[in-house]
Amino acid sequence: MRIKTFGYFSREALISLRRNSWMVLASVGTVAVSLIIVGMSLITVMYANYVATYLESNVEIRVFLKTDVNEDNARALQDQIKSIPGVAKAEFINKDKALEDFRKDLGEQQNMIEALGGKNPLPHLYKVTTISPQDIVKVANKLQALQQTDQIKYGQGVVEKLFAITKWVRMVGLTVMVLLGLAAIFLIATTIRLTVFARRKEIQIMKILGATDWFIRWPFLMEGMILGFIGALIAVLIVDVSYAAFTDYILTELSFNIIGLNRDPRFLVSLGVALLGTGTFIGAIGSGISMRKFLRV
Amino acid sequence: MINFINVSMVYPNGTKALIDVSLRIAKGEFVFLVGPSGAGKSTLTKLIFREEQPTRGQILFNGKNISRMKPREVPYLRRSVGVIFQDFKLLPNKTVAENVAFALEVIEASRREIEKAVPDALERVGLAKKAGAMPSELSGGEQQRVGMARAIVNNPPLVIADEPTGNLDPDTSGEIMHLLQEINKCGTTVIMATHAKDIVDGMKKRVVALEKGRVVRDEERGGYGYED
Repeated sequence: MRIKTFGYFSREALISLRRNSWMVLASVGTVAVSLIIVGMSLITVMYANYVATYLESNVEIRVFLKTDVNEDNARALQDQIKSIPGVAKAEFINKDKALEDFRKDLGEQQNMIEALGGKNPLPHLYKVTTISPQDIVKVANKLQALQQTDQIKYGQGVVEKLFAITKWVRMVGLTVMVLLGLAAIFLIATTIRLTVFARRKEIQIMKILGATDWFIRWPFLMEGMILGFIGALIAVLIVDVSYAAFTDYILTELSFNIIGLNRDPRFLVSLGVALLGTGTFIGAIGSGISMRKFLRV
Repeated sequence: MINFINVSMVYPNGTKALIDVSLRIAKGEFVFLVGPSGAGKSTLTKLIFREEQPTRGQILFNGKNISRMKPREVPYLRRSVGVIFQDFKLLPNKTVAENVAFALEVIEASRREIEKAVPDALERVGLAKKAGAMPSELSGGEQQRVGMARAIVNNPPLVIADEPTGNLDPDTSGEIMHLLQEINKCGTTVIMATHAKDIVDGMKKRVVALEKGRVVRDEERGGYGYED
């Protein structure tokens, strides 16, 4: 394609976009909304997956011993725990270490420790990991049965819930995305159909003058792609701005990074590129459908 | 140049537009197609630039079989045929010069070619001064001359005119015919379908008469031959 011809196509495409401004608004809006949902669900699913994998690989049973068990007796339990079938590792943490860890976790909010008035309310504990996640319940029951055990905690239920949520988000996101994507394609096809109709006389003349089929098609294809691209651009802006606002809120208001929030600009750029690509593609499909049906060249 | 061999054309609705038409037109000829409405004049011209395809028979254009032509070759056939219409078919939102340039733009001619060829073509039809006017500001005859300039701007070997004077008064028609003759004198083959008895009788050119889809008469230096 010559550069001049490309200029001609773009000019023609823009002229006709101006002509059908209401349809343009509707189709751009639909593309934007559908891609906003795509973007948001992608982000949600990605984080849910991230958190789930993190939790799953870190599932450990925390065995809190009764406070009256002294350190020597507590240490003596190690072999007994290791002999339980399915146990991979049993790490003993004495109450001083536990308090120290807690202090580190708190970060800037050390005053919570000071509020304890120098006492250590924490018990000795074991962190037990199992060979496979399936063993957790079995091992946990055995650990609970030990007479020195006060209570045990493990995050298996949380992981399951998280996976359920991820699946749900993914399914709903996908359904809404597909439906809105189809609506966007339909609206773009209708917009292009109006354009083809408005210019049928011109198309007829072009054909008689010896324009090739693709010369006639390109402006319509470009028009659809421009519609999709503008819609995607709006979606990218909204997704990026609200994502930035969300992470800002989490990081400043809650002051801790609960799920390893990602401010990596590369992530947002690749998400943006993916959305723009999808939008342009949707536009191409929409005008393709319209051209097949209404532009018999 | 053009060779119709036993060409029949039946429209999907069953109308038999042409029945077993055989016709040869040589390069540089000026041919009138005459006959009553519905005789098949328009269909015949449309077959030449493949607006329609024959149901049966072959059509050769410069030795090339256009009835068996692949769709993607059709645009290149049309570039060697300039078509002039009864209703001019100008684009109302383009100026005279832009309408003529359009014929070159759609075949992706260079800017330099366009800048040279458009004024030349407008000069040939005597509209050099109206280059910037809109079609709506022109008379019918002037609009048809724009249509002619558009048809000849890329120097096609063949010009087809389908009732070019159908919407024009006799004086204006005379101008158009004069221009068509000029075009023909430069070596371009001209085929003109028409109802205009006076024009045909006055020109003494080859006349092909069609009736109900058949060629009923084909004479050199003929007359219209109907009493309308």
